[in-house]
Amino acid sequence: MSAEAVVRTLVVACPDWSVLAAGGRPEVPAAVIRANRVEATSPAARRDGVEAGQRRREAQGRCPGLVVLDADPARDARAFEAVAAALERFTPRIELSRPGLAAFPTRGPSRYFGGDEALARSVAAAVDEVVAGLGWPGAAGVGVADGAFAAHLAALAGPVTVVAPGGSPAHLAPLPVAVLGRPDLVDVLVRLGLRTLGAFAALDPADVVARFGADGRVAHRLARGLDERPPATAPPPRHLEVTAELDPPAERVDVAAFVAKGLADELHARLDRDGLACTRVCVLAETEHGERIERVWRHEGALGAGALADRVRWQLDGWLNGPVAVRPTSGVTRLVLTPDEVVAATGRQLGFWGGESAADERAARALARVQGLLGADAVSVPELRGGRGPGERVARVPAAAVDLASERAPGPGVDAPWPGRVPVPTPALVPPEPPPARVLDAAGEVVVVSGRGHLSRPPVRLEPAAGAPAEVVAWAGPWPVDERWWDPQGRRRRARLQLELADGRAVLVHVEGGRWAIEGVYD
Amino acid sequence: MFDTGGVVVPAELRQVADRARPVTLARERTLPLIEPLRPLLPDAALARGSAVAVRGAGATSLALNLAAGASLAGSWTVVVGLPDLGLAAAAEAGIDLRRLALVDAPEPGRWAAVVAALVGGVDLIVVDGRAPLTPTEGRRLGSRLRERGSVLVPVTPGATTDRTARRAGAWPADVTLSVRAAGWEGLGDGHGHLRRRRVEVEAEGRGRAARPRRAALWLPSAAGPAAALDAFDPSGPSVAPGRDDGGVGPAAVLTAAGGSTVVPFARDRRGR
Repeated sequence: MSAEAVVRTLVVACPDWSVLAAGGRPEVPAAVIRANRVEATSPAARRDGVEAGQRRREAQGRCPGLVVLDADPARDARAFEAVAAALERFTPRIELSRPGLAAFPTRGPSRYFGGDEALARSVAAAVDEVVAGLGWPGAAGVGVADGAFAAHLAALAGPVTVVAPGGSPAHLAPLPVAVLGRPDLVDVLVRLGLRTLGAFAALDPADVVARFGADGRVAHRLARGLDERPPATAPPPRHLEVTAELDPPAERVDVAAFVAKGLADELHARLDRDGLACTRVCVLAETEHGERIERVWRHEGALGAGALADRVRWQLDGWLNGPVAVRPTSGVTRLVLTPDEVVAATGRQLGFWGGESAADERAARALARVQGLLGADAVSVPELRGGRGPGERVARVPAAAVDLASERAPGPGVDAPWPGRVPVPTPALVPPEPPPARVLDAAGEVVVVSGRGHLSRPPVRLEPAAGAPAEVVAWAGPWPVDERWWDPQGRRRRARLQLELADGRAVLVHVEGGRWAIEGVYD
Repeated sequence: MFDTGGVVVPAELRQVADRARPVTLARERTLPLIEPLRPLLPDAALARGSAVAVRGAGATSLALNLAAGASLAGSWTVVVGLPDLGLAAAAEAGIDLRRLALVDAPEPGRWAAVVAALVGGVDLIVVDGRAPLTPTEGRRLGSRLRERGSVLVPVTPGATTDRTARRAGAWPADVTLSVRAAGWEGLGDGHGHLRRRRVEVEAEGRGRAARPRRAALWLPSAAGPAAALDAFDPSGPSVAPGRDDGGVGPAAVLTAAGGSTVVPFARDRRGR
């Protein structure tokens, strides 16, 4: 099509990295859960049908022995530093997209190591040595191709896959469009009958832009084996670089991360002033004794100030808290952020009638400071959703994923009637994990709710697994719910009871599969 | 320059002028409270820069209701800790969920830093009153609050007979609201549903809040937010003669939607 040069790239991809970093084993079914959704799985869990995006309960339903691991990007990044260090022996210039995915241009190293094939094999051997040391041999794949997208897919395909120069479009053509990772676009493409990247790539670029806009254009470029955007011809202007000298030197990650947050904000302000956004940034840290660590971080979209600060924190965390062999001998004295690739910021159009009030902006800044202290995931905001239980009607979504200063749309099903839902008032305390308890009748037997929604006998006593038992003075229910009966995985039957206890408290308990738990406390 | 001779200044404009007036008295630096809670605090509002501790059975509901007035008026509320806070209950109390954010509980030594980062940025900060805080950190936080004008609400849910539990964290408190629950209504022996709870709230404090104040409330009321339990305590401060909104209306609609039995309910128990 065009004579556009595409950078030949080597990609090391480890799709299961967060499971590996969390201490999972390939033969043990395990999943990393974030905000109640599966984010990554081990091969054993995948064999049992656990998939990314499932709810935790659904995943546990498919695989009862599933080991549930918490998501922690900092831990993943810390562990990935060992792989990055191994790659640094081949080339000084490594680009990290996220923990588990690293890339570098092959031009120089390939010549030195005797060709792409030889380079890929020695990189794979070096990386495998690291992951085998973590108990997971063969977790990482290495791919070489024209363009990072094609190389990434090649790396996912097998242990070592080298696509011949100029062969990227042919290599991509038979793959399904789902690999583009844009669910909305992919949905439309499939319905249009464009099931493979080859079919999509055959469209005229002008038609794609007319129908799918800028995002469609990027996807189309990827499908054709090009980079997301044409390579920048001029390096970014030098004045965008920001530097901070740390005196006294920062020995701890949080101290350095706090400085990094300010630095990221400053860089962002400078980019804003020039109408630019940064897609690749080079983070350099230097210690008192002259040790330095330099990493290039890349992001498909533009790196916001928060995302930028997170990456600096990950990098420093991996370095300062890493294995003794790579750990520096003194504190960090200098931090430099250099935007490596900038694009014109498409920006955000602000509402004419003060869509962002001063209070919203102040709050967003204060919350950003807290994110700097505790990590981006520590702050969440509520989102209204439909549901019957007290915990289902409002979900917590990470604040990093939403724009705090703009109007947010409520989730689906808010206006639906939800028959069988718990009447107002709603419990003021809703434990994220309902603590188990026993609801007993006068004979000391556990109360049973029949399939028809009848109680075996009236409840007289509540015995929480942790805490003092209490007599029931009044009760109501059961409110049986049979949700998602059409979905064998997500189906859930439970019955709820309201209990008023002798000590004046009132609780909402539910029974599911014969087990009672305290779903809410009316505090 | 702007001669308004002969022109009638609309009331709204006068309000704007009042608001823009440069001199503000201390009592004007306040955040609004919902009507039923006004008898509890001096100036019938939350004074900016103060800390209002809430404890007792029903403390969580009271804290949500304390924040509701300001939230509706456009203030942000941030809750630090309290992982089991019921967000649906917060919405029912009247908090605008678009201006609510939740921060995970920090590690033990970092509470002061996290709360201090929020002071000044958001108007209302609700924290877990059981979280550890040294007296020095508490004093420093108190002075930062006074300087920046945010309101801190440390919440200690549950019964507070235990003196050691009360002293877990040295969170500042200009006023302490103690809630005493006096029983639920609406739940029978196998029928009905929890409708509303009668509570007594006692406010003790220092300075202008030194005089103890009491209020008897429905918390929550059948409609959700707190409602005054009118004429419950003749010796207490007079409250507005508004009806308790625990009427049959919304609750009956919801019970019908919920598919459960609607119980005829004793509308007037206060006469006993």
